[in-house]
Order: sequence, then structure tokens, then C-alpha cells
Amino acid sequence: MDFDFAPVLNGWRALMHGALVTVEVSFGAIALGCLVGLVIGLGRLDPRRRGIYALCSAYLTVVRGTPLLVQLFIWFFGLPVFGIQLPAFFCGIVGIGMYSGAYVSEIVRGAIQSIDRGQMEAARSLGMPYRMAMRAIVIPQAVIRMIPPLGNEFIAVIKNSSLVSLLTIADVMHEGQKIISVSYRSLEVYLAIALVYFALTNLTGFALRVAERRLAVGGLVQ
Amino acid sequence: MNEIGTAAAPIIRARGLKKSFGALEVLKGIDFDVLPSQVSVVIGPSGSGKSTLLRCCNGLEAADAGSLEICGRMLVDRGQRLPENELNALRAHVGMVFQSFNLFPHLTVLDNIAIAPRKLRGLSATEADASARRLLDKVGLASKAAAYPSTLSGGQKQRVAIARALAMEPQVMLFDEPTSALDPELVGEVLLVMKNLAREGMTMMIVTHEMAFARDVADVVSVMDHGVVLESGPPMQIFDAPRHARTREFLQAVVTRGGPRRHEPKSKPVPLAFDDH
Repeated sequence: MDFDFAPVLNGWRALMHGALVTVEVSFGAIALGCLVGLVIGLGRLDPRRRGIYALCSAYLTVVRGTPLLVQLFIWFFGLPVFGIQLPAFFCGIVGIGMYSGAYVSEIVRGAIQSIDRGQMEAARSLGMPYRMAMRAIVIPQAVIRMIPPLGNEFIAVIKNSSLVSLLTIADVMHEGQKIISVSYRSLEVYLAIALVYFALTNLTGFALRVAERRLAVGGLVQ
Repeated sequence: MNEIGTAAAPIIRARGLKKSFGALEVLKGIDFDVLPSQVSVVIGPSGSGKSTLLRCCNGLEAADAGSLEICGRMLVDRGQRLPENELNALRAHVGMVFQSFNLFPHLTVLDNIAIAPRKLRGLSATEADASARRLLDKVGLASKAAAYPSTLSGGQKQRVAIARALAMEPQVMLFDEPTSALDPELVGEVLLVMKNLAREGMTMMIVTHEMAFARDVADVVSVMDHGVVLESGPPMQIFDAPRHARTREFLQAVVTRGGPRRHEPKSKPVPLAFDDH
């Protein structure tokens, strides 16, 4: 058994360029996922608001209940049937972002509902309207509780972003496969790709731990 | 109630107030008044509906039937609730202190007090902070302005909670068992703050198990049981000559299970000053 990392070393520029694309796709998908997750999560706080609750629940069940790869293919290969041709990069970010949003929505809802009822009651008893009480009192406390599960979700997004290589997007996975197709050095190249994802995911995890510690200064975490 | 007929309009006026949780009727048609500057203490066994009555008075619970007038506004009018925006405005005039304090843990003590006046009364940050500091001084916690609630003792937390409610300059203060979650040695400092408020003429409705405090500070004591007001009157009458058999049973039970603190002479439980001032 012999290792030959020459193709990896020779192709490192392409791999690094691919890594940058992976970062771009991941970043875009995470940002979109947070936005969608916040909206859907808030929409599922109160089952008595039937219309909104039903709509948001439908989104959650459909998006969470079907494979990400299938959703990406629908965006990229399915929509052109209706004459809707979207750029691959757009499909990648929107596809992953909307998928991630379903998971983030449950993180948001869970964190908000874990805040003691007395907090809302105290804010309302001072005369704050519901939305103000949410914004000023409940959500700032809930955000801290969201960080650990959000860390998991962000890391999942980074790893799932490798699927966009199948939409012709030149991410690190895609660039690696191009190198393999000419060098046949699968193991070495995949190890190099794994290393890139490992670095990105752990950097994310580290950043979130720092953020959590920063935000927890003072009275936020009892 | 014997106060009906006096000149001043009541701050709280409930007539036939009813409230059910599912099949359980918690309030069975309550008639209840609190007059301006009156300290009205509500006592009774747990589950008697006294907390629910209190929570109805600022709309945290919505009554099902009857009427409830607070500060001249109909909070509940023959079972009809006030619209949300008017309810918010009304709540600003009704201060509430909870058994479990419910301070905002992500804000400093000063911000806990200043946030509502800043956002709702249109005060500038400087004005709101200055008034918050005055209130902190009043409850003997001027040195704790920059602290977070998690660093305070239970008694200090409850004093901050009282200051927070006062910051909206309410016309009436509601207290929902304000000392029940406190260690016995911390009860006195909270009762002192409440006693001072009463002296200043604040209108107060207090649900409590502190019988010595009720005897000492209350103008009217009402006894609730199973969703009705059994009787109400001056503390002497309720404690020394209760008319109702259920009242006698309840007072008997409270005195028997209460520790020595409740047997002490009435001036004892309330200290003269804060020792952490």
C-alpha cells in the first residue's frame, strides 16, 4: 500500500478555491436558515393562531421529511420543467438554507418556550405589548439557549453543503473529484477534503463556544 | 363590604366576577373593592382563588363573567374583555409583584427597573436611570444598580421587583404571595418595603400568608375559600372575632403550622431598617 499525496499538493490551489466556495455556500445557507428558522419558529409558538401555525407546521413537516438531495435536485433539475432556470449557486444556497431553516425553527421554538412563563407575565404586567416583551425580554434570553443546538445545525449545514457538488458547483468536494478523475488517488484526495471540512466545522464550533461565553457574561445564564 | 358608600371611587371594583379553568370554577362570583390608599389583604387556604382574583386585576387571567373596574376603566364588562391595546395601557397603572420575583436575568438591576419606563413612558435613558436609582435607594439597594439579579438574595430580588413595578408609577400595587418563596430571615426586609409603601398611601392588594403583617398593616382583610369571599373587615375583627366557621378553621390551621415567626408580637417581623443598605 503506497500513499501519493502529489496530486493533492499539485491541486491545492483548486482545493482551496473549492474550500472558499464551500464557505460561501455554507455561510449563505446558514444565514438563510436562521432567517427562515426564526420566522417558522415564531409562527409555531401559538397553536391558537391556526392559519399561521398550520402553514409553518406544513413547511416543517414537508421540508424536514424529505431528503436534502432530492430537494436540491428539484430546485436545480425540477424547476426548469416550468421554465424556471435558476443559477446552480442560488439553488445550492436556497436549497440548503430552506432545509436548515426547518431544523432551526424547532431550535428557536424550543428555546423560546423554555423561558419561564413568569418572564412574559412580568413584562406584560408592566404594560409591554406582546411583541415588545418578546423582543426585549424573552428572545434575548432564548438566544443563549439556542447556541449549542445551533452549533450542531451549522456544522450539519457545512457538511451537507458537499451535496452542491452534484449541482455543478465547484466546491471543495467538486474540485477534489476533478483531481481524482485524472489522478485516481481517491483515498488521498478524500482525506484532504475531509481535513478541509474538519477544519471548517471545528472553527465554527469554536466560534460559537466563544460567542456563548461572551453572551453569558453577567446574568444571562443562571 | 362596609366601605361601599364612602365618597372615593374604588380603585378596584369587582362585581360577580367568575373564572373557570376547564371544569373547575375558581372564582364563583366575587364582589370585591379596594379603595384609594387602602391596604387590602386577601388570605385563605391554597386553591381558594385568591391568586386568581389578583391576577384578574391586571388581566393576566381573563375573567369569564361579571365585571371588573380598575382605576376607572372596565377591565371586564359583563364578561367582555378590554381590547389588547387598552389592556396594555391599563396594566401600566397596575404594578404587580410575583411570588417568584420574575426579574429579567439578562438585565442589570438598574435596567430591570428602567426598561419599562424607557420603552413605555417615553423617558430618556438618563431620566429613566435617575428615577430607577431613586427607587433603588428607596428599597435600600442603591449599591446594587450594576449587579445582575443572579447575584442577589431572594429578599433583595423581591425588593428590586417592587422597585421595578413602582417605576411605572402605578395607581395600585398587586402582591401575589411576595414572601412565600423567601427564606424566613429574608421576609422582614420585603415586608418593611411594603409597610413603607402603605405608609406613603399606596393602594395595595396583597395575597399573603403573613398573618402578623396582615394584622399590622392591613386596612381590610378578606378571607377567601373555594372561590368565594367568606368575610371581610378590619384585621381585628377577622383575626379576633371571625364570624365564619371556615375562617376560624383556617386561622387555627395557619397558627398551628406556622413557625415561631408567626407567633411573635406584631411589631417584630418588620425590621426598622435594611442591614445591607
